[in-house]
Amino acid sequence: MDLAKQTLQETLSGLNNKEFSSVELVNSCLARIKKYNPKLNGFITVREEEAIKEAMLADKARKKGEKKPLLGIPIGIKDNFLTKGIRTTASSPVLDDYIPQYDATTVRRLKKAGAIIIGKTNLDAWGHGSSGEHTVYGIPHNPYAYGRVTGGSSSGSGASVAADFCFMGTGSDTGGSNRQPGSYCNVVGLKPTYGRTSRYGVIAMASSADCIGVLTKTIWDAAACLTIMAGHDPLDATTSTSPIEKYHSKITKSFTGKIGIPKEFLEGLDKQYVASVIKALKVLEKKGHHLIDISIPELKFAYPIYALTTFSEISSNLARFDGVRYGDNRTKFQEEAKRRIMIGTHSLSSGYADKYYKRAMKGRSLLIKRFKQTFEKVDLIAGPVFPFSPFKHGERETDPLKMYLSDVLTVPANLTGHPAISVPVDFVNNLPNGLQLIAPHFMESRLFQVGYQVEQEYQMYKRKPTLKE
Amino acid sequence: MKQEKYQPTIGMEVHVELATQSKMFCSCPANHFRIKPNTHTCPVCLGLPGALPVPNKKAIDWTLMIGLALNSQVSLESKFDRKHYFYPDLPKGYQISQYDEPFCTGGDLETSKGQVGITRVHLEEDTGKLVHKKIKGKNVSLVDFNRCGVPLVEIVTEPDIHSAKQAKEFTKTLQTIIRYLGASDCDMEKGSMRLEANISLGKDLGYKVEIKNLNSFRFLEKAIIYEINRQEKMLQSGKTPTQETRGWDEKRQQTLSQRGKETAEDYRYFPEPDIPPLKFKKEQIDSIKKSLPELPTTKAKRFTSEFNIRPDYALVLVSQQETAIKAENLFKLAQKEKLAPQKVASDIVNKKISIKTKTPTQIVKALKAKQQSQVSDQNQLTSWVEEAIKFLPKAAKDYQSGKNSAIGALMGKIMGLSQGKADPQAVKKILQDKLK
Repeated sequence: MDLAKQTLQETLSGLNNKEFSSVELVNSCLARIKKYNPKLNGFITVREEEAIKEAMLADKARKKGEKKPLLGIPIGIKDNFLTKGIRTTASSPVLDDYIPQYDATTVRRLKKAGAIIIGKTNLDAWGHGSSGEHTVYGIPHNPYAYGRVTGGSSSGSGASVAADFCFMGTGSDTGGSNRQPGSYCNVVGLKPTYGRTSRYGVIAMASSADCIGVLTKTIWDAAACLTIMAGHDPLDATTSTSPIEKYHSKITKSFTGKIGIPKEFLEGLDKQYVASVIKALKVLEKKGHHLIDISIPELKFAYPIYALTTFSEISSNLARFDGVRYGDNRTKFQEEAKRRIMIGTHSLSSGYADKYYKRAMKGRSLLIKRFKQTFEKVDLIAGPVFPFSPFKHGERETDPLKMYLSDVLTVPANLTGHPAISVPVDFVNNLPNGLQLIAPHFMESRLFQVGYQVEQEYQMYKRKPTLKE
Repeated sequence: MKQEKYQPTIGMEVHVELATQSKMFCSCPANHFRIKPNTHTCPVCLGLPGALPVPNKKAIDWTLMIGLALNSQVSLESKFDRKHYFYPDLPKGYQISQYDEPFCTGGDLETSKGQVGITRVHLEEDTGKLVHKKIKGKNVSLVDFNRCGVPLVEIVTEPDIHSAKQAKEFTKTLQTIIRYLGASDCDMEKGSMRLEANISLGKDLGYKVEIKNLNSFRFLEKAIIYEINRQEKMLQSGKTPTQETRGWDEKRQQTLSQRGKETAEDYRYFPEPDIPPLKFKKEQIDSIKKSLPELPTTKAKRFTSEFNIRPDYALVLVSQQETAIKAENLFKLAQKEKLAPQKVASDIVNKKISIKTKTPTQIVKALKAKQQSQVSDQNQLTSWVEEAIKFLPKAAKDYQSGKNSAIGALMGKIMGLSQGKADPQAVKKILQDKLK
């Protein structure tokens, strides 16, 4: 048996039952990485020796009876999460040789839980992208269809979890960056409520929308990781003090409710692709949920609102990368970052801010209000993640507007701060697909419970990709 | 050539570093004076990737306090904004400041030449410091981030000031108030209080000259006087001064142009997304208001009404909180001992006694002893008075013919005769009776 192919839940029970050691586990992952990563490009940096050393320590600790929730588990950290002493590039040449002095709060919590960082995963530089193509460290391939994209920006975490390189990959989701690779790579992609997890130490993309989450093989795995990562952080003033739950212990709790399907989520999409999502919703209906057709007309404006808001914040957040204190100079910024900096700067400029940034703010408030009203009527909102199936490398790259279209279904939850998840459903023409569920604020449990019902039905995590050397 | 007199119009911008233990958005120590460069730093104040600001509550409270002491309106809702510009001492590429919703708006401060309106009081973070040095024969610029992120309050006034003297009085009074609050030491030398003056002459001439980096009250006064003269000369010769930023050059004793300001810089302000909007409850503000100490002007007025202290003496006495507290204790003790507090006040102001080295009891004892050695025996006093009139007949006549000042010479003679022991009040009364 290939140890790396297990889910996190199975692995934890195997470790606890002394069926295998953490060293064996790490070696199993490293073997796969060595074999398949050169082509797949899931990881930017791999910590071979260090991971084995840490695994040996973890095995010793376990023998001594130490009980940490992720003791000895190899995980991948998206390369825009700061990791003390481990190169962190954000996939941009600007930070090619940057070694952080501190750990992001979520990284610190995962390490404290005993997890072993096996490497840093690839991404669209600075988190800018929905395909994984904006990287200088090799474009990741879709593990199920080489030559096609993984979804982004947490492309490396998506590909690496799907390829069984690690048991979990962290992700930052500003406009769909965890849900999109989740959908395209046949893994679970979670974006919690804004403020549920700390952003401290994750290189900021758009501060008001950035959300730290995970990509995992199963719902239980995602819930268990969130339990470790979530909660108030005195270093992030936007984190909530509301109590966290033991999410993974509640996923089997039965829940049925009203699921709203906005018609705007289904308009003009790839029919075959949407059909597989509708089929999943019908499964939920059979399990006792009520499907309700709803309309949120403002969804049409979600993308322009998102673009103006986040590009404005991006232009501000990237100002610190001036090459004075760390990193290379700003001439190293690449096209997509420069495009967003310029649009954002323009949107904030005096004489234009009223027309762009401030107008987007008003639109965002309206959208928040509409979602609030909607959640008075329904328990969940559901729809697809992507409007079309995984496209070929380079297919949309030439036209930024076409690329931005990929985000229309995922950005609303970032603008309103709602928790959302992508759960693997039926493949379409042998390409993975995901169902998106959006819950009221701080109701991650509900996402897990309903997501688990879908997972029970489909068990997509059992469908492994055929990797290439 | 027109020779009309132009009325100077001056507005002040005052920056004050708060005396908090830690910086505005991180837990680094806030003191930076003579500290080894770049030792009071962390990911947040160095602007490292991923670092986030968390506001310092004490700094916010003190800003509200300053506003309340200046009769400002405290907003129940406020927020921080990002102000963008590039400079090597600004590590994030933006300064966290407040733009359209400052903590405090409106307010006023009394000066002897009239009230000065307060436009706003807001909170921001200080920048780092550039140090230009020659190392191994090479000119280099170094950055010290110790000061970066120190809480900085900005107080902006209306253009209600009309002279250098009034500007100095305003800023000195402001300094006293803030020191009373304990919010800052307002030490100009250490840079914990920095002054900027906007000066123009006449009304609505469409320009204003900003003088920056005035690091003493003396420079402020000199720079304004110089600037008023410079602008007056230009206007009299038919020219309009350019809108610009100037600095005071102490060596040359003049203001010098630093940069033109014809096109306003675009700071691209927008609400700081890393810090949720701040909401205050009315009770919270009321409780800060209640915690305000008695402010200098109120204290001075009370000294006059309660202890009968001359208003100008009262103002001198309240200019330092420590002196004011000691003086009041003295006044109370003096009253008990049947000594006039005004007498005590006069002796302090005229530096006849030092309240810094002696305790109130010691001082009152000494004053009382002096009073007790005074001669107030009517017969003795009358005989000295008569002797003095005999000695200075001209003065006596002058006084009788209405020249009041002539009494001074007679009083002087009497004090001389008594070797300073005669009770001056009683002597004056006898003298006036005799010369009626």
